[in-house]
Amino acid sequence: MAEATTMEHDAVHGLPAGAHGAAGEYEAPLFGAYSKKVGMWLFLASDSLTFGALLFAFSYNRIYTNPWPTPFHGESIANATVMTACLLSSSLTMVLAVLAAKRGDRPWIRNWLLATMVFGTAFIVLHGMEWSKLIDEGLTLSGFASILGVSKTATSGELAGISKNIPQFPQAFFGLTAMHMLHVTIGVIYLGVVAFRKWFLPTLAVIWIAAALLIPSGNVFHYPVHVLGIGLLLAAVIWFLKPKDYDAHDVEVCGLYWHFVDLVWMFIFPLVYLMSTKVS
Amino acid sequence: MHDIATHDDSKGQYFWVWGALLILTAIEVVLGYKQVFPPVRMLEVLLLLSVIKSALIIGWFMHLKFETALMRWLIVFSVVACFFIMYFFFFPDADRVQPPPSGVGIQES
Repeated sequence: MAEATTMEHDAVHGLPAGAHGAAGEYEAPLFGAYSKKVGMWLFLASDSLTFGALLFAFSYNRIYTNPWPTPFHGESIANATVMTACLLSSSLTMVLAVLAAKRGDRPWIRNWLLATMVFGTAFIVLHGMEWSKLIDEGLTLSGFASILGVSKTATSGELAGISKNIPQFPQAFFGLTAMHMLHVTIGVIYLGVVAFRKWFLPTLAVIWIAAALLIPSGNVFHYPVHVLGIGLLLAAVIWFLKPKDYDAHDVEVCGLYWHFVDLVWMFIFPLVYLMSTKVS
Repeated sequence: MHDIATHDDSKGQYFWVWGALLILTAIEVVLGYKQVFPPVRMLEVLLLLSVIKSALIIGWFMHLKFETALMRWLIVFSVVACFFIMYFFFFPDADRVQPPPSGVGIQES
């Protein structure tokens, strides 16, 4: 028992098996945490600057553009509020997955990770519906339609005037929310690989092919859905290079990524939606 | 030395944090929908609430509260320092790229 505890301690702190007794041969980790966790924190710190720059750009536009468009009615705000609740609830299920991992309770790790993926997927679907609605009402960018394969853009919709006269609004809105949606999608794939390992790959392939076939060519997500294919390829390469049974540390590290995605939305929601509310 | 199972991990505290986050979100929605403040003040208030929410997420959900002091301070200080630079140096200087439509911030030559 004591030997097992020692080996576990060595593994946590990145020491080779049996090195525990070699006093002075290996330094204690600087941050008191295993290297995967430190690596994820460093990645999140750098990623926060990406979102920070986008949020500063949005805030700059918001303050210095007068009049600022207010395209979000009560329906959009209600939708975005439900999306926020989905992400907050997904963070709760994620932290419960981490607790299950600490207990070594494998069935509940999968259950909680699956619940987190369901909330994340609900967020993506709701966000996609919101995007489609806004584009149907005329909110678009020059060049945006042809790049994403939108068959026709509304020129007389309620929001067409915003696209024409204040193009910085759709630029900032779509740029910021697309970046976040990409992160959520990557997060769901990441959770799927940690929860179901190689069994997730065929599932993701089926979802990708079905989505590619079902989303019509005129829809804004017809081409972006192939992000799932790129995610499938990357997940397969990662699995091929390092096939392993993911442990409690991996669950905790992927949890850090997921909470970060939630954290970023806590700034996007008020800045983008609540600061552009139309009270009728 | 921090390990993944060395601190108090009762489920209750996470439900409390989740509840607090939902309540703060509801407050934000009411403030935004009712448009209680003018835009710049509203931005300040909403950002303050967002910072409180992010502190709850980082501290409890991301467990930074339970990490070593060195890791805690190094991460928080480095990210805050970068945002400080963005806000105080890049943000006011952004006018030089293109004058804002409202004319605010244009420097006289």
